[in-house]
Amino acid sequence: MSVLMEHLSKTYQSPDGEVCAVSDVTLNIQDGEFISIVGPSGCGKSTLLSMVAGLETPSSGAVYIDGEEICGTSTKIGFMPQRDHLFPWRTIWGNVTLGLELRRGKSTEQLNHVSELLSRYGLSGFAQKTPSQLSGGMRQRCALIRTLATDPRILLLDEPFSALDYQTRLSVSDDINTIIRSEGKTALMVTHDISESISMSDKVVVLSERPAVIKAIFDLSEFRGVSPMERRNHDRFKQYFNDIWKELDLGA
Amino acid sequence: MPEMQISQERIDYLKSRRNRKNAIILLRVIIVVGFFALWEVSARLGWIDAFIMSSPSRMAETVANLYISGDLFLHIGMSCLETVIGFLLGTLAGTLIAVALWNSPFLSKVLDPYLVVLNSLPKTALGPIFIVWIGAGPSSIIAMTLAISLIVTILDVHNGFLSTDPEKVKLMRTLGATKRQILFKLVLPANFATMINALKVNVGLSWVGVIMGEFLVSKAGLGYLIVYGSQVFKMDLVMATVIILAVAAALMYQCILLLEKALKKYIGVTS
Repeated sequence: MSVLMEHLSKTYQSPDGEVCAVSDVTLNIQDGEFISIVGPSGCGKSTLLSMVAGLETPSSGAVYIDGEEICGTSTKIGFMPQRDHLFPWRTIWGNVTLGLELRRGKSTEQLNHVSELLSRYGLSGFAQKTPSQLSGGMRQRCALIRTLATDPRILLLDEPFSALDYQTRLSVSDDINTIIRSEGKTALMVTHDISESISMSDKVVVLSERPAVIKAIFDLSEFRGVSPMERRNHDRFKQYFNDIWKELDLGA
Repeated sequence: MPEMQISQERIDYLKSRRNRKNAIILLRVIIVVGFFALWEVSARLGWIDAFIMSSPSRMAETVANLYISGDLFLHIGMSCLETVIGFLLGTLAGTLIAVALWNSPFLSKVLDPYLVVLNSLPKTALGPIFIVWIGAGPSSIIAMTLAISLIVTILDVHNGFLSTDPEKVKLMRTLGATKRQILFKLVLPANFATMINALKVNVGLSWVGVIMGEFLVSKAGLGYLIVYGSQVFKMDLVMATVIILAVAAALMYQCILLLEKALKKYIGVTS
């Protein structure tokens, strides 16, 4: 499924005045593509993601999914927040099936799909455990399975690893990259970590300071099919890092 | 079975822990026994006036007489019943109103100054009004306990609702949750501790309301016994009732702690 953001802008109104968070962003994401958005903190990255998720209405412009304009949240889109946000009063199974429960879609077929996901990613033995009994990395994988349970075609990831320590972060980003690629999802990830963006995505979009406009797009298609770990050791990795760093740093 | 090796240090540690625990319990018993013994001795030896200060033996006699006449449990039961109804109603109604305020931030903004004024008003001032409106009876007393516990419950529980992690709310919305589902599947379970806390605070507040109400108007209850005793200058009755009240309130609080434990086990994790 493809995503098209067309002349997307968002202005927030408050008694003190108006703040323009995102200004005229046009971006096209192909089916099965993984795109990262990097930018200085507070530049409006999350606002952009919220608009694609249908949580916020754009001030002008529109988001189209397969040519269809979105209004409100949609089953086609799955959202993965910064922290795992597993509910401590539910078991892992209760957490990963939350989306199905909310949409009243607990058919046997869907439940089987969820348990298959759990076992495929090494969590089937933990279904009846509580979130506090799991490690940070496992919790993050559960959070992804909760998002995948409703079978969305497009995944939005909002700095999904920022709450993890460095070591866990490397292995979890590897895991999650594998999961997203093997499930054939289209993904849009917001991050402020340049190496993370290079190690996972097909394209890196650099945003400016607020109001966010697209400054540059780096095409990493030469890395397609290369795992995050291998990419980090690749000769060209440093080159991309420096280029993106320079692009971000301009005017700072 | 592997041989368990316990180090001398560990043995000493466990021993000193046990000793400390025993010393604490022992000292607690000594304090309460000593207090009543000293009281009794002072009264017998004439150090204090037993007519004004009463004494443990005179209080025991009073309680025994109350028991024989069959009134003891009538009074205890009456006050306990009013208290239980008071804190259950207060917590329930307070939570329901908090849900309404959470549901409509506009309504909550409109009502904010009224809640602030009502919260700072000493609720006992409303007692005589309730008696005129509702009549001299248990209903007025329950109204009194409600007046004391309701506002503070609304404020606490509503605050708890508002502090629910906005990121979790966002997650629920992206999963397609309706406002009702956000309430029942996120806000209420996330605020379980807040609501139990409100319940605990309300037990204490309800006792204040019940005794206050019984002072003003009643034909039975522990508050009635205290007022009646002081009016006819039976200090034995007043003192004995205060002690019964302390025990009843402490027992009720323990029951709430047990209830909390049971509920935690029940709500803690659901699959």
